[in-house]
Amino acid sequence: MAWTRDQMAARAARELQDGFYVNLGIGIPTLVANFIPEGMDVRLQSENGMLGMGPFPYAGEEDADLINAGKQTITALPETSFFSSADSFGMIRGGHIDLSILGAMQVAENGDLANWMIPGKMVKGMGGAMDLVAGVKRVVVVMEHEAKGQAKLLRECNLPLTGKRVADLVITDLGVFSIARRGETDMRLIELADGVSLDEITAKTEARFTLALEEKAA
Amino acid sequence: MRKVRSNAAEALADVLADGMTIMSGGFGLCGIPEALIEGIEASGAKGLTVISNNAGVDGIGLGRLLATRQIRKMISSYVGENKLFAEQYLSGELELEFNPQGTLAERIRAGGAGIPAFFTKTGVGTLIAEGKEVRRFGEDDYVMETGLVADVSIVHAWKGDPEGNLVYRMTARNFNPMMATAGKVTIAEVEHLVETGSFDPDHIHTPGIFVDRLIHVANPTKHIEQRTVRQRGEEVA
Repeated sequence: MAWTRDQMAARAARELQDGFYVNLGIGIPTLVANFIPEGMDVRLQSENGMLGMGPFPYAGEEDADLINAGKQTITALPETSFFSSADSFGMIRGGHIDLSILGAMQVAENGDLANWMIPGKMVKGMGGAMDLVAGVKRVVVVMEHEAKGQAKLLRECNLPLTGKRVADLVITDLGVFSIARRGETDMRLIELADGVSLDEITAKTEARFTLALEEKAA
Repeated sequence: MRKVRSNAAEALADVLADGMTIMSGGFGLCGIPEALIEGIEASGAKGLTVISNNAGVDGIGLGRLLATRQIRKMISSYVGENKLFAEQYLSGELELEFNPQGTLAERIRAGGAGIPAFFTKTGVGTLIAEGKEVRRFGEDDYVMETGLVADVSIVHAWKGDPEGNLVYRMTARNFNPMMATAGKVTIAEVEHLVETGSFDPDHIHTPGIFVDRLIHVANPTKHIEQRTVRQRGEEVA
């Protein structure tokens, strides 16, 4: 029994802190917005030029001038601000965003991350991913543990990188790993998903990791 | 200061030439200068290098210039929504340079501000940094990226006045303000042409010095790529 997409998103939401400015990627990371704890103030940034992103609009109230980075119609909030792409990436590159939650194709034990291109396939582009992983203070990856039976947590990425040593935390359907971005390579398994055994996660992980399982909070 | 032109054809008439570099504002289909793109289509100018975050979709925006094969090269961060793009790229007809989105935005900002190059940590240790100077500042490595300028920049704004002062609306701002600064000739299309003096000077996003020409495109059709909605009464996160 591994975690569902919603459970992974809920786990990622535990990385949020009151007052955080957060950028959420497309896919499971977008679901994290549904799990922001009651009473916690979090501001969502959309890299196309918006801070304080609201929910989807009601049918009939969509505005073509108001979209998120996934080109989806959204809404503004009382605290919303709009700005240019240069200002937006100034926030990102300048370390003003506290947390980036994004997906990945591969993550290596040293924090290398690949999520933008598969050689030989049509490449769509990296969009803002390289800027986000390079500039945001803390980078949390949420992804399936394996892709078609292939490990995604590797000793070294074999896909072209999005960033070198940029992942701080990886949440998969099987568990949670912390990674050191500086100094010696240091990847630790800190949580197992409900009903997942250490044997199973070890068998499905190529990256080398140490055990640092914490007592689960009740 | 005769900046106002009657339509896209007149605004573009004496500035386009084959082989030019053109910046085109917008993110996805949001805030794109659609009338001016169609003006370029009608002009037949070809062999163009187009700098734009995306490449439109089939039949809309820059997708139209791909269909007519007027574009030789794109400099973009994400082109996933365009089938024609994939075909032309894979057949070798179309050249493509990917830039990280923030690097693209900053290259344009720098170009418009007279800065020939800058260092960024985005892309260090990736394909993007290959062949570029990497320098260490403090404890980190940074890659050198160059500023970008264009022969012609085309941008979309919500409101403009005859001075060329522009105001954008919500996320339709995106790349437009930087591109307005980086064109040798910058042409804006505005949804509302307002009288000089009607803007609060404190609220102008792009000062008129950056805008050479503008056209009024009233009630433009706007396109939504991903229509996402919630139901009434639905829990709001």
